[in-house]
This record gives sequence, C-alpha cells and structure tokens, in this order.
Amino acid sequence: MAELQFREAIRRALSEEMRRDESVFIMGEEVAEYDGAYKVTQGMLQEFGFKRVIDTPISELGFTGIGVGAAMNGLRPIVEFMTFNFALVAIDQILNHAAKIRYMSGGQVKIPIVFRGPNASAGQLAATHSVAFESIYAHFPGLKVIYASEPYEAYGLLKSAIRDDNPVIFHESEQMYGYKQEVPDEEFLIPIGKGVIKREGKDVTIVAHGKAYHIAKTAAVELAKEGIEVEIIDPRTIKPFDMDLVIQSIKKTNRVVVVDESHPFGGIAAEVGFQIQREAFDYLDAPVLRVTLPDVPAPFSKKLFDLWFPQPKQVVDAVKTVLYRN
Amino acid sequence: MYLQRRFEERAAQSYQRGKFGGFCHLYIGQEAVSTSFEHVLNGDDDMVSGYRIHGIGLTRGISARACMAELYGKATGCAKGKGGSMHFFDAEKHFWGGHGIVGGQIPLGAGLAFANKYNGTKRLAVSFFGDGAVDQGALNETFNMAQLWKLPVIFVVENNGYSMGTAVGRHSAGELHKRADAYGMKNAVLNGLDLFSMIEKLQEVAADVRENSNPWFLEVRTYRYRGHSMSDPQNYRSKEEMEEFKQLDPIERLKSYIIKEKIAEASALEKIEEEVEAEVLDAVDFAENSPFPEASALYEDVYVENDFPFTV
Repeated sequence: MAELQFREAIRRALSEEMRRDESVFIMGEEVAEYDGAYKVTQGMLQEFGFKRVIDTPISELGFTGIGVGAAMNGLRPIVEFMTFNFALVAIDQILNHAAKIRYMSGGQVKIPIVFRGPNASAGQLAATHSVAFESIYAHFPGLKVIYASEPYEAYGLLKSAIRDDNPVIFHESEQMYGYKQEVPDEEFLIPIGKGVIKREGKDVTIVAHGKAYHIAKTAAVELAKEGIEVEIIDPRTIKPFDMDLVIQSIKKTNRVVVVDESHPFGGIAAEVGFQIQREAFDYLDAPVLRVTLPDVPAPFSKKLFDLWFPQPKQVVDAVKTVLYRN
Repeated sequence: MYLQRRFEERAAQSYQRGKFGGFCHLYIGQEAVSTSFEHVLNGDDDMVSGYRIHGIGLTRGISARACMAELYGKATGCAKGKGGSMHFFDAEKHFWGGHGIVGGQIPLGAGLAFANKYNGTKRLAVSFFGDGAVDQGALNETFNMAQLWKLPVIFVVENNGYSMGTAVGRHSAGELHKRADAYGMKNAVLNGLDLFSMIEKLQEVAADVRENSNPWFLEVRTYRYRGHSMSDPQNYRSKEEMEEFKQLDPIERLKSYIIKEKIAEASALEKIEEEVEAEVLDAVDFAENSPFPEASALYEDVYVENDFPFTV
C-alpha cells in the first residue's frame, strides 16, 4: 500500500493502461515535454515517447476532433484539457460529435475516448477559469461523466474509463492534485456508475461528489461534535448516477442535503433533488436542501470569492435546517 | 454518376410528395467529384464528409436501397433511420459519415488519418467539405496540426460557389486553396466538372500522401444545380449562370466524350440508364415498403452497452 497524490494515482492509471494496450495514447497541451501543466503526466514522455504522449498546439477544437476521429478509427485516445474551462472551445466536437455519432450511425461506430482534466473552481482565478461543467456534460446522452474525489477512486475509475467503449468525461480538480491517500499496490478497477458511502450516519444524508465531498466531510466532523451523525454518499459517477444508494440512505435518515459546486439552476443538485422527491417522497421528513454556488460568475476578490464558494458552515446550517434545529 | 443523379432526382420527388421530412441537400452537379475519388482510392481508405452526402455514400458502395431507406427514416436505412439525409454511414466500408455541423468533419478526417499513421498502415483519409466550411476555425486548427504531424490526409473543399446562399466571394477572403499555403501544405485547384482531369490529379496526390505521409488541400471547383436544401428559392443566383453551368454538366460531358470517342454506342449508354432507373425505382419501392424502426430502437445505439440505466 503506497500513499499516492491524486495526480500520481491518475498517472499510475494512465501508465498502466498505456502499457496494457498499445492503442491508448494521450494528447493535450503541455503533456509531454513540460511534464503536464499540473504534473499529472510527469515522466510519461520518457517511458512512452512522442508517438504516444503528444503535445498539441492550443487548438482545443482541432485536437479534440482529431481525438474523436482517431477513436472512430480504432484507437483509444485520452485527451487532456489543461482545464475544462478551455474545453468550451472544443465543445462542438464533444457534444455534437463524440456523444452523438454512435447514435446517428445506428450503432456502427464506437468512440472509446476519455476527455480528462481539472474542473470547477481552483481558487481566485475569476469567472472564466472557475466553472463546474459536470451538469452540462451529463445533460447529453451518449457521454458518461465521472468526478472522483479521492486518489483511490480516481485510479480505479480512470482505468475503467479508459477501457470503456463509450466517450467518458473524467473530471479532476487543481486543488485536489496534491491530496494524498493510501492506494493498494495491486491493480484494481472501480465500476462506472457505482457510488459509495464515505461516512455512515443515521441523522441526515449528504450527497456530495468531487471537491464538494471534502466540504461535506469537514462539515460532518463539525456536526459530529454536536452529536449529529451525517451519512455521506459520494456518487463518484455523475452519469450514470447511483440513485439507489442515495434512496437507501434516505430511507434510513429521512433527511437529505445535496452539496454541489455547480451553479444552482439546472445543476446536479437540481436533478438529484428532483429524483429524490419522486423516489423517496414518503420517506422525507423535511424538504430536500442544497448547498451550491450562487447564481453568479466567480469573482476574483478574496472577500467576494469566500462568499461565492460553498463553505462547510453552509452545509452545517443546511443539515441543521433539515433537522429543524436552527 | 448517373446513379447519383437519378437517385437524387427521385429522392427530390419523394420529398416533394411528402414521403419523408427533415433536410435534404442535393449533390446534383457535383457527381464527378465523388466518382473520381472512389475511382482512385482504395476500399479501405477512410472517408468522411458533410451533410451533402448522398453522392459520396452511393459511390462508397452503400446500396441505393439502404440510402433511400435512410432518407425515409426506415429501419433498413444505412443508419437504421437514426441519421437521415445528412448522416449516411457505413463503417465497414470505411465511410465515417455524413456530418451536419459545418466543418466538424475536418478534424475528424485528420483523426482518421492519425489512427492510420499511428497503426503504421498505408491507408489514407479524405475529409470532404463545402466552401462554407473553409471559414470555420476547425479548418485552420486542423491544417496546422495535420501539417505539423504529417498526417496522411486529403482535405477536399467542394467549392460549389455558394455557402448556402452566400457566394464564395462574399464569404471567403482570397482563394480558398491558398489557405493551405499558410501552413506550407501542398494544394491544388481541380476542375470538379471534369472526371478525367480529376482522376489524373488525384492519382498523383493519393500516391504522394500514401508514400510520403503528408497532407494535401484540394480545391475542387464544382457547381450544384439545385438549391442549398429543398426550401431554397435561389434568389442569390441568376438563371443565366445556371444555364451556363448546365452546358458543362459533368455527366453530359462524359456521355458525349464516350460517344465521340466511340468508347461505347449510345444504345449501350441508354441501357445503363435504364438499369440505373430500375435500380432507383426499386430503391424507392424498398424504402416505401420497409418498416419504420421499432419503438425499442429509441434507446438503442446511444451507448455501446444495451443495459445503460437511462434517466427517466
């Protein structure tokens, strides 16, 4: 068992899959000679060479489309975005082409491709570098969407994503790359679409994925000091979403808070909240609450940023609200 | 060539009779382009194109029946009725669509070529697009990488003079083929109304791409006789211009050459025309009598697996 940083867990998954299958390669900005903008691909050029670790120009639309074409024609590309904020200029190739070509061809074409990179806010980077995109990708049929919160599952899920024959969006976070966790030395895969109970509790269910999981975790520690035991469900995969696990938990706790670092309107919390009321209406003792970003772009100023980004305190308050303890 | 022509004339009739809906972009006038490429390329070379796709689909070898059935949205269509007029596919024949977003197929074509090079094959890829696509950012991004990485790909702009209703001189600055010069990419202008000169140049270009793995950009000057789509009043061009181009019709031109050079008798050509007519009428019958997709097909082919837990 070795303690791995999030970035090292991803690198291990990438390298193992590239050793296993010659058709897997990685392309993106600064992935080769620079060793990766966030050092995820450090050392991979030395091992795999320029043929399979490919520096691209800053042309997201072009290299994403080249990746999709290569996937149609038998390869298994991993396309790294320096951040998913930059994938917006490539989104036609992801949403209109990668996600739809299989359907439009009547199932003749297979597109085994992984689009990966950091997602959502990374601190004071202002509005264009701070967006959580998982709800946008999850909106589109044809894509699978993963946003892991810890190195163990980043490793296991990325390996599954690379072996998946569908296009997969794999979200990471700049702020989690240095986060460490014990990861078993032996190889393992985590199935796409299965969530996990990260903390058991009887009072309130919290659903939180990606970086929001860590906010929820901090809040849970605070709440425990007051004798409130929350159960944290990390869905790990946004699409498909493991709603069964959430519903099972709510049947026990009867109360739920969804923590999500997206904007509120049409975000993941909105969909999860809808499904909870439909599937567990009779089990709820309080309305479903959510903690999200406000409906405004990311501000730069530290003071405004701290008001903007969800804080553990807001989760604590929401949990107390669904317990009617406020 | 005649099959493409008659197929589309019959398709237009069916469309006007309300037999099927959606968009329908006709290729009539451009048939020498698809034909010359199919003649020169190998069956396992990869092709991808835009939404004016009927002609290239037919020359790639998709049957008239499967093409017509796709227009009708039938389960027997070449994309099981899920793609329609703009999205013909036949992956087994290395025909990768039919794409409805202008210029989207340019990087896809480079990607097909990337895979061929990565795998060490001598297969090449061709990406066809219209003159409107030349103005997309995707073209410039892809040209840069294709040249940088020496991809075995031929980019082909079928310049039919109009980007929908906007004449090429009003939407593109400068000569289209010269866009390639900025990247040091080999390029040429071809007469898309003349089958023989097309074939001659393509043989040279394909051999170069296959041998040396470098991209080409070909500007093929052609003309479409019909509107952009079926609902186009064509106010943007004159009747005189149309008549002028009809004198240069690639099919008529080929026909008179064959007769003049005594390659075949007029009666032999008539026989071919009759056979083609029968094939097209059979395709219409086939499409009309084919079943629509089952309701269960709605959820099929979205993902590779059949048990994906769709949100409801």
